[in-house]
Amino acid sequence: MGNRVVVSVVGRDQIGIIARVTAILAQQQVNVLDISQTTMQELFTMIMVVDMEKCPVSLETLQEYLFVVEQEMGLKISLQHEDIFKVMHRL
Amino acid sequence: MSLALQEIIETIKMVQMENLDIRTLTMGINLHSCVDSNFLAMKQKVYDKITRSAERLAQVASQLEKEYGIPIINKRVAVSPVSSLLSSSSVEEAQDLAIILDLAAKEIGIDFIGGFSALVHKGITNGDEVLLSSLPSVLSKTERVCSSVSVATTKAGINMDAVYRMGYIIKETAEKTALQGGLGCAKLVVFCNPPEDNPFMAGAFHGAGEAEKVIHVGISGPGVVLNALKKWPDSDLTKIADVIKKTVFKITRAGQLIGKEAANRLSIPFGIVDLSLAPTNAHGDSVAEILEEMGLERCGTHGTTAALALLNDSVKKGGLMAADLAGGLSGAFIPVSEDNGMIRAVQDGALTLTKLEAMTCICSVGLDMIAIPGDTPAETIAGIIADESAIGMINRKTTAVRIIPVPGKVKGEMVEFGGLLGRAPVMEINHFSSEKFIKRGGRIPAPIQAFTN
Repeated sequence: MGNRVVVSVVGRDQIGIIARVTAILAQQQVNVLDISQTTMQELFTMIMVVDMEKCPVSLETLQEYLFVVEQEMGLKISLQHEDIFKVMHRL
Repeated sequence: MSLALQEIIETIKMVQMENLDIRTLTMGINLHSCVDSNFLAMKQKVYDKITRSAERLAQVASQLEKEYGIPIINKRVAVSPVSSLLSSSSVEEAQDLAIILDLAAKEIGIDFIGGFSALVHKGITNGDEVLLSSLPSVLSKTERVCSSVSVATTKAGINMDAVYRMGYIIKETAEKTALQGGLGCAKLVVFCNPPEDNPFMAGAFHGAGEAEKVIHVGISGPGVVLNALKKWPDSDLTKIADVIKKTVFKITRAGQLIGKEAANRLSIPFGIVDLSLAPTNAHGDSVAEILEEMGLERCGTHGTTAALALLNDSVKKGGLMAADLAGGLSGAFIPVSEDNGMIRAVQDGALTLTKLEAMTCICSVGLDMIAIPGDTPAETIAGIIADESAIGMINRKTTAVRIIPVPGKVKGEMVEFGGLLGRAPVMEINHFSSEKFIKRGGRIPAPIQAFTN
């Protein structure tokens, strides 16, 4: 398995979502490779592709760190290994 | 290769809004190395082998759920048909062994353990006899042990003595679990042509042709297919078939990735992907609603069998292309109690037992999770099993019966099983007797289709 992970953030639009999420990623040495935003069913939706190569903690632990932001800002943040997207949509 | 935003969003929607999940990760374990003339030693070996082999199954499943963001609903173990271990045991010992299986399942934190099974389609061995006699008490005393009995195959014909026997076993099991609405019967399947690599309960067992240990995965996702069809409200059925194929391809790919990765981490060979649409009581996760989305006012009306044929075939076509090795039951499941659309169709009078029987010529299993009145005679239940076996035997397909004569309940009443087993309205049965036919016993010989050598 490689190190690339898809981070998706869905929730009510508000100031500081990107700042709070990326701050945690930066603290854990996670590099953002790609970032895009769209609205999905009237919700703020941000999707990032990140590289966890230098990240000292596991995917599970990183998810726990992000849980704090999830709770405080009423968001749903998911981390998923990129392989799942690759196998589902590409031959 | 960069990922397209649209693809990412589609996957996230499938999981978060359309109930995409991996229904089951099942480890098959061969128990033949545990056979011992000393029963206590055998019991210990069985417990040790299961708990050692599947020690990390639940943990690995939970890791994978987190890493890929797709829920894995059930973790299960399927063992060699237990009757093959019981050739010199007593009925009490068979019950003891079932209790050990139950304990092992609890110890490793899995939902169900399958394989308290016997294959009696051609004849009944001492071990089979002991297992069958122990069934009602085993299914009432254990929580997670599932059982299946093969009473017919295309090659062997139908063992009508075994069919008759199963009628009584089902009745007795229902009575012994009367306080829970006959729940014991939900853990018992009667098969024709059972697949030996099936990860779905209650019918999973580790077949004689399988490796020492193996990981199978059962996919799901009726909700995802339903939502895909909603985007094509006016398309013709050729297009509908294509949409289902493409959707199931994606679902299967996700299942295979997780199954293979689990096998990898557990250092066990990967077996098959069971390409199945298995409904749950979650909103929109219904096979019946897919059929209704195609244009039927209620599942069960005229056209339902044709719609199910289209669905089942498209599921297979899409899934086969996506999977390295497919197997198991593969198709659409049509259990009544686990599918909100089916429940509503029965309540509205659109779906009857006769129509369900016709639908089983097309679906992947058979008459599944059907509640009938508690006073149904054992001979009538045997008649239902015989009919279903005949459909499987003649058409060279798997069919099965998982039926619950709910003690004290009559047509139209509801029975609640809870959890994944759901709730079912008690269905009407035909009141004319099958007694004389069933009591004749003997075997219905293998049909002409069997002679393909």
